[in-house]
Amino acid sequence: MNRDVLLEVVNLCVEIPTRDAVLRPVDTVSFELRRGEILGVVGESGAGKSMCGSAIMGLIDPPGQIASGKILLSGERIDNLPESAWRRIRGKRIGMVFQDPLTSLNPLMRVGDQLVETIRTHLPLSASEARRRAVESLEEVGIPAAASRIDDYPHQFSGGMRQRVVIALALAAEPELIIADEPTTALDVSVQAQIMALLKDLCHRRRTAVMLITHDMGVIAEATDRVAVLYAGRVVEIGKTEDVLADPAHPYTRGLMASTPAADGSDGRLNQIPGAMPNLVSIPSGCAFNPRCDQVEARCQNERPELRSWKERSLACWRYSESEEVS
Amino acid sequence: MMMHQSPFVQVSDLGRDFDLSAPLLSRLLEGVPKRSLTAASGVSFSIERGETFALVGESGSGKSTIGKMLVGLLEPTSGGVTIDGKDLFGTLDKASRMALRRRIQMIFQNPYASLNPRWRVGDIIAEPITAFGLAEGKGVQARVSQLLEQVGLNAKDAKKYPHEFSGGQRQRIAIARALASEPEFIVCDEPTSALDVSVQSQVLNLMRDLQRELGLAYLFISHDLSVVRYMADKIGVLYLGELVEVADRDTLFAKPRHPYTQMLIDAAPRIDAFGRTAERAKGEIPDPIDRPSGCSYHPRCPVVEDICRRTAPEAQLFADGRALVSCHRAQE
Repeated sequence: MNRDVLLEVVNLCVEIPTRDAVLRPVDTVSFELRRGEILGVVGESGAGKSMCGSAIMGLIDPPGQIASGKILLSGERIDNLPESAWRRIRGKRIGMVFQDPLTSLNPLMRVGDQLVETIRTHLPLSASEARRRAVESLEEVGIPAAASRIDDYPHQFSGGMRQRVVIALALAAEPELIIADEPTTALDVSVQAQIMALLKDLCHRRRTAVMLITHDMGVIAEATDRVAVLYAGRVVEIGKTEDVLADPAHPYTRGLMASTPAADGSDGRLNQIPGAMPNLVSIPSGCAFNPRCDQVEARCQNERPELRSWKERSLACWRYSESEEVS
Repeated sequence: MMMHQSPFVQVSDLGRDFDLSAPLLSRLLEGVPKRSLTAASGVSFSIERGETFALVGESGSGKSTIGKMLVGLLEPTSGGVTIDGKDLFGTLDKASRMALRRRIQMIFQNPYASLNPRWRVGDIIAEPITAFGLAEGKGVQARVSQLLEQVGLNAKDAKKYPHEFSGGQRQRIAIARALASEPEFIVCDEPTSALDVSVQSQVLNLMRDLQRELGLAYLFISHDLSVVRYMADKIGVLYLGELVEVADRDTLFAKPRHPYTQMLIDAAPRIDAFGRTAERAKGEIPDPIDRPSGCSYHPRCPVVEDICRRTAPEAQLFADGRALVSCHRAQE
């Protein structure tokens, strides 16, 4: 077993019982994340990206629940812990960064107090030590004049600076894992570039593992080491980012890449995937992507393809099931 | 026949201020001065029939304010807009104004908010048709069916409500509604930013097809340079309400001349740039109430000089007139 593996997710299923049916927003998802690695989780809305992140943080709202599978952090199971035990993991061992920095900060508390509260919850420091620590963490995320801004309220920061504060909060207790759910989606491109550079730098310096959830293939390409492509709650392709994006194999990954307007601005028509992500109440049988797939075969409609290794990645597609290359 | 004609859509020196002053009484009692925010100033460009002009810029750059003025939803503080030679804000009589308004439509960013959830899709699309008297009786239904099919939906969808559709389909409905008044000019304000990429490509392709079929002029507002590059013929880059660079698409991407344009292009994540860290990005768009002196980009500019802090640059032509750039340091 690789000692460097920090997070292991094995056959994770999240279910939400409703009056008519049991919905499965996350369906038999498996992956692992090593220390110092950035794993991208990409997919369109409804693919189950955020639900996957919530499951790992133990934040699934009832009646939703983890129905089966395991989540291991440094080899210990964390999926079946009571809420009291979670308090020692969330914030301490797993930090979180969400999309909207305005809603993840308390608007009525000075940012310094929010940082000090987090630090003192998780580390045995006095109030003044914690405050010094808070200033340091604001400096670390690149907030100018941190010592004087620590007593400002969140609304006194700009969008990019606010997201830096959120990252400082997530990092305050030196977690081993950061789950960043669309951390730059609400920000402008210039600020997005700054925040991504910061996350990458912190991750490499501290060997923090990052699970980066995003819908943006460009962010995936530039920031991540490996990528998992999700569709209808299932991993359809996972591997090294460069392998998967430069030579996408699964028809969904290929479609996604081809529909992204290219940086070189080629004038041809954009590829379009017909239809839309299925609703959770009506996931197609067999391969969930089969109604939109341009290479659908008979068995795609009846049998669900398992995730199998192919070259250096893993794929869930019948066309790659015989381990030989398909042109 | 060669004849000098004015462009189809002509925007001249358009500006808009918003008054942010405290109420009169507080101003008198506390002696605070009036404050105003300049959302757009000195904006000039033109769009021909069948052409797409894109406005790009970050949030707060004034993109949407300009879009709203071009459809007549906001009055400008200065400058004006003519469409097919007619002044949009001039002293037209009511009938001519109605006639002009019919020729301009808008598509909004969020198709979850821009369609009335209590109306059937058929009624949503029929409203402009009846409001402008473009068809009567059975003709209205026939036109609705035709429009639905034109945007890739089914005539039977007219009976459904917006919530029964996905985001991409809703944006198609919004496009059908925009087309219902038989417009010649459509302002599209971030029409695909709320959509997933696979659906975004469907909507962008549809918009291009419709443009070709109907000879529409588009003002395409977006923050996403790769989308703009796919859609636009000409591009205007906005910073703090001013156009810093206007050029045709190929000229702009081949050689961005304004440092802000260079930064925007550089900072946009690229699907083929593995492990790259964009370097040029620095700072954030400043508060438009407190705009910097001289060139408003100077606090973030990597090639700033003394003159940039003192004097606002004049727009100059480059690349044989294909690029108009407002920068002291811009070079051929």
